[in-house]
Amino acid sequence: MRAFTFERAGSIGQAAVSAAKPGAKVIAGGTNLLDLMKLQVETPSQLIDINRLPLDKIEDTQVGGLRIGALVRNSDLAADQRVRVRYGVLSRALLAGASPQLRNKATTGGNLLQRTRCSYFYDITIPCNKRSPGSGCSALGGFNRMHAILGASDQCIATNPSDMAVALRVLDAEIETVDAAGNTRAIPIADFHRLPGQTPQIETALRPGEIITAVVLPPPPPGVQLYRKVRDRASYAFALVSVAAVVETVGGRIRSARLAFGGLAPKPWRVPGAEEHLVGSAATASSFDAAATTVLTNAAGHGGNDFKIPLARRTLHAALTAVTRT
Amino acid sequence: MDEDTIIRVQVTRRAMLEAGTAAAAILVTGFAQTTQAASLPDAEGSLTQMAVTLQVNGHGHSLNLDPRTTLLDALREHLALTGSKKGCDHGQCGACTVLLEGRRINSCLTLAVLHDGHAITTIEGLADGAALHPLQAAFVEHDGFQCGYCTSGQICSAAGMLSESRAGMPSYVTADLAEAQPALTDVEIRERMSGNICRCGAYPNIVAAIRQTAGLPS
Repeated sequence: MRAFTFERAGSIGQAAVSAAKPGAKVIAGGTNLLDLMKLQVETPSQLIDINRLPLDKIEDTQVGGLRIGALVRNSDLAADQRVRVRYGVLSRALLAGASPQLRNKATTGGNLLQRTRCSYFYDITIPCNKRSPGSGCSALGGFNRMHAILGASDQCIATNPSDMAVALRVLDAEIETVDAAGNTRAIPIADFHRLPGQTPQIETALRPGEIITAVVLPPPPPGVQLYRKVRDRASYAFALVSVAAVVETVGGRIRSARLAFGGLAPKPWRVPGAEEHLVGSAATASSFDAAATTVLTNAAGHGGNDFKIPLARRTLHAALTAVTRT
Repeated sequence: MDEDTIIRVQVTRRAMLEAGTAAAAILVTGFAQTTQAASLPDAEGSLTQMAVTLQVNGHGHSLNLDPRTTLLDALREHLALTGSKKGCDHGQCGACTVLLEGRRINSCLTLAVLHDGHAITTIEGLADGAALHPLQAAFVEHDGFQCGYCTSGQICSAAGMLSESRAGMPSYVTADLAEAQPALTDVEIRERMSGNICRCGAYPNIVAAIRQTAGLPS
């Protein structure tokens, strides 16, 4: 680990000012940042500890949603009774990720900022455009079993590893931030993560020094919620494919549908056309297949991950079957 | 090997570990200072040790640490509490599990300076004097280990897990999330303990030990 100076932030404003300095990084749970610092993938010259800031509450909003403080730990969010009852897809997604020890540390804001687990990104001796722009992508033509089939570019085919973010995407969450000048804004989750394009090193819409203060959930959408995750072992593994679904079915017909996917793309993936296709359709295998075809229209494998295309189709089929069973 | 020999060997091993810790600390300090001074264009501040007070197993310890020191290294290298093990050092194996304010965490994936004033319980702090913690006794009774390297992490993790279960926290396999107090079945125990890897594969006996401690029928 490279040497750094350590500063404990006394206020959110002070944290944002410090975080705007070159080389500075905010640390909350640290479960991904310290992992990357040990490998010198991340080499901050200063760490800003925000753990003692008052951002650890879950509050009801006036419109019937929830405001989740950026420092709420993943385990506490998953166990919150309001989340369990009204946002089950979020509780399930959180509980599907990492291990209990990590969830006790990992925060809501940090989870959104975690980096890809592409093994080439993690190895500083090997080219990677995300870690070292312009050096090349080793996953293209390399071992790319875990990699993206949607939304990737010729510069980077890494996936976003978060389960939580997939649930937030299906729930249309907003991410509240503050910057060094004290300006606040709310970023829709759809716009928060960036596709790699020609700049895979830029992963989010956050500007230098901008700090996540909260995640806001709108009132829960109608319907049955489900998070289905397919992985290499039964627990404590990243998704090959995951599906977050919120579907309302009346009399065997789908009234409303929301679908988000993990493990397939550089960001939590949603295809409005597939959701529109389901609305008004009978909850049958042929409807589910048509939705899967729409989701996977532009899917492209890279050799090792070709299997994800049929796996995504089958996982969506299973998820829709479960969520429309009444 | 008779019993006296075994005891002598154990004492010698502990004494060696403690002496070795002191020697290692000197070596590490010397090496770190050399590399820091050489590699940093502006070393001001970076060489500063930070004062940290950790409440470990009920005792306050004031330390001056390089900010890079993980909680695990602070426990092992600075406080000679070598019960917490370094397996992967990347939060993947669970051997370093300790309780932070009563909640289980991976001590390898956090910095000691993040925990000034916090209460930490390690495997050394679970027993009540000569009386083993019920989980320790159950692991012995059920042979919940072979080589033993993961055991202190398994036991600390199990202690945290039982608290979480008593508090009604759900897991990925909990059928009904709305249920206030999900039952602790074997499937639940296995899912809730998935952050602790045992390469010897003692899992059935670990589950049995935890089941007994939780007061569940065998």
